[in-house]
Amino acid sequence: MKKLIKVGLPLALAGVLVLSLVGCGGANESSSSGNEKVVVYNWGDYIDPDVNAEFTKETGIKVVYSEYANNEEMYATVEPGNVNYDILIPSDYMIEKMINNDMLAPMDTSKIPNYTKIDERFKGLPFDKEDKYSVPYMWGTVGIVYNKTMVDEPVDSWDILWDEKYDDKIFMYDSERDSIMVALKKLGYSMNTRDPKELEEAKNLLIKQAPLVLAYVGDEGKGKMVNGEAALMIAWAGDAMVMMDQNPDLDFAIPKEGSNYFVDSIVIHKDAKNKEAAYKYIDFLCRPDIAARNAEYIGYSTPISEARELLPEEIKNSPVAYPDEAITSADNMEMFNDPSDVIELYSDLWTQVKASNQ
Amino acid sequence: MNKKSLAIPYLIWSALFIIVPLLLIVYFSFFQEGQFSFQSYQKFLEPYYIKALWRSVQLAFFSTVICLIVAYPLAMLLSGKEMSNKQVVLLLVILPMWMNSLLRTYAWASLLENTGVINSLLQGIGLPTIKFLYGDKAVIFGMVYNFFPFMVLPIYNALCKIDPHLVEASYDLGANKVTTFRKVILPLSMPGVVTGIVMVFMPALTTFLITRLLGGGKVMLIGNIIEEQFTRTRDLSFGSAISMILMVLVLLALTFLGKKDSLDGKGGGLF
Repeated sequence: MKKLIKVGLPLALAGVLVLSLVGCGGANESSSSGNEKVVVYNWGDYIDPDVNAEFTKETGIKVVYSEYANNEEMYATVEPGNVNYDILIPSDYMIEKMINNDMLAPMDTSKIPNYTKIDERFKGLPFDKEDKYSVPYMWGTVGIVYNKTMVDEPVDSWDILWDEKYDDKIFMYDSERDSIMVALKKLGYSMNTRDPKELEEAKNLLIKQAPLVLAYVGDEGKGKMVNGEAALMIAWAGDAMVMMDQNPDLDFAIPKEGSNYFVDSIVIHKDAKNKEAAYKYIDFLCRPDIAARNAEYIGYSTPISEARELLPEEIKNSPVAYPDEAITSADNMEMFNDPSDVIELYSDLWTQVKASNQ
Repeated sequence: MNKKSLAIPYLIWSALFIIVPLLLIVYFSFFQEGQFSFQSYQKFLEPYYIKALWRSVQLAFFSTVICLIVAYPLAMLLSGKEMSNKQVVLLLVILPMWMNSLLRTYAWASLLENTGVINSLLQGIGLPTIKFLYGDKAVIFGMVYNFFPFMVLPIYNALCKIDPHLVEASYDLGANKVTTFRKVILPLSMPGVVTGIVMVFMPALTTFLITRLLGGGKVMLIGNIIEEQFTRTRDLSFGSAISMILMVLVLLALTFLGKKDSLDGKGGGLF
């Protein structure tokens, strides 16, 4: 028995150690240095990689940085609580969901001097009407990226994604939300509808489209589109900017039936341990020269006019990154609501769509 | 005592990473927000989920059969005396496994594209291009490619273990090559075949990576549906219920195969 304890105890301790490591979640933390730090959890490819180092150089605050692929992945990591993240940068509907679930700390904008630089039209947004929790980081629209050598008609409607001429030349995004949005918009409904009949119609429309679709892609679709693998693809404007830069044959259009208009904002997690450092980091991201560098690097659109002015001509005046305000403020441009109540239904519909041709 | 304590590291390991997670899956599959219910199991009876499961079984079956047809003759060659550079061939079989399967599948996804290397080559020498990607065929190809070594190695092992004297005795007693194969070699190699089938069929049945990358999201297998429940829908209960159903089916299949195995040979297989 003694022997068992001798062998067992260290192993049990090792087990506890493993458990506690598992418990702390993603970001790699370098503790005990005593230095100030801020723990940031952001989308992949969503910052100029030099910006973090520069922040550390200027303020002495270390940035512990990690990335996620989509809002849902971020939520799944943060949901259990007991996480170390200070700053998150989710999209509109996800922020609404996190506010509803009391996961965010109120934002004291008086600690962010550069907050005043943010354009008025990005304040009081529907997901955070009193700007109590979020500071806009980037925005954009969803539209169609198309290859001008393969599409010779004007692209101005979602209808083209149902045109049999483009059989096996269409990339759809492998995301129930974005795909159902497209179908609802084509039908002239609100993309936030909860009407089962309208959602059923959208599903049937997507099932009808399925045989024409070459593939439902994730991020890997961007590179394939640049290589000329397909003629049409659904994309976020920021990604379209990067793709068009890599292949001049590509262009981008926001369909006339309307689309999704989104804002990704910076929020502070309720359990943030480094709030003061977090405010400094947010202020840094809102500084026009830094915001401009991020916007130029990632292709998405900055909500800070002063930063936009610093961008190269071709980005500053791009109708892709900065469409007319008349387009973005049109009634048929919408933001997503908190989807908690339909997430299961959406998933069922999407499974039916994707399983329809097998 | 001494011998038992040797098992402790594994016991701790399996408790932490197999038994506890398994219990959690059982729990989640029956409880929704703390309430006991069969709802998640009922949900699986929707025709499109059953269809996805059936599709998974079909595709996994086809890839297993293809692997077996290609692997058995190869294993026979490798275990025989005629082949001179066996070690090289064996190495070639194993070599791809040194690389991560995600990378290999990504590589195939770009090699097989319409604008990929293979089609560019075909085009370059004046041949028409072939549409490889996105669909059942590409998925089966991916499964065969990824899991082929798991079929070759167990069969090769089983064949190597066959006592050559048994084969000689069969010839001495007047059996020809076909009869010897049918009555001696094949039955004795069955444990390896069964292991190979299990090792290929199981991962093929549950893959979601190959379907995602080579099926272009157009092939919905049961693995994809489970993955979606955990990553996107966050329906832990339904995801766990499907996993339970899958596990029970796999267990039944293994029991069936295990029975066959013990009839045909003296073990040496996995189950």
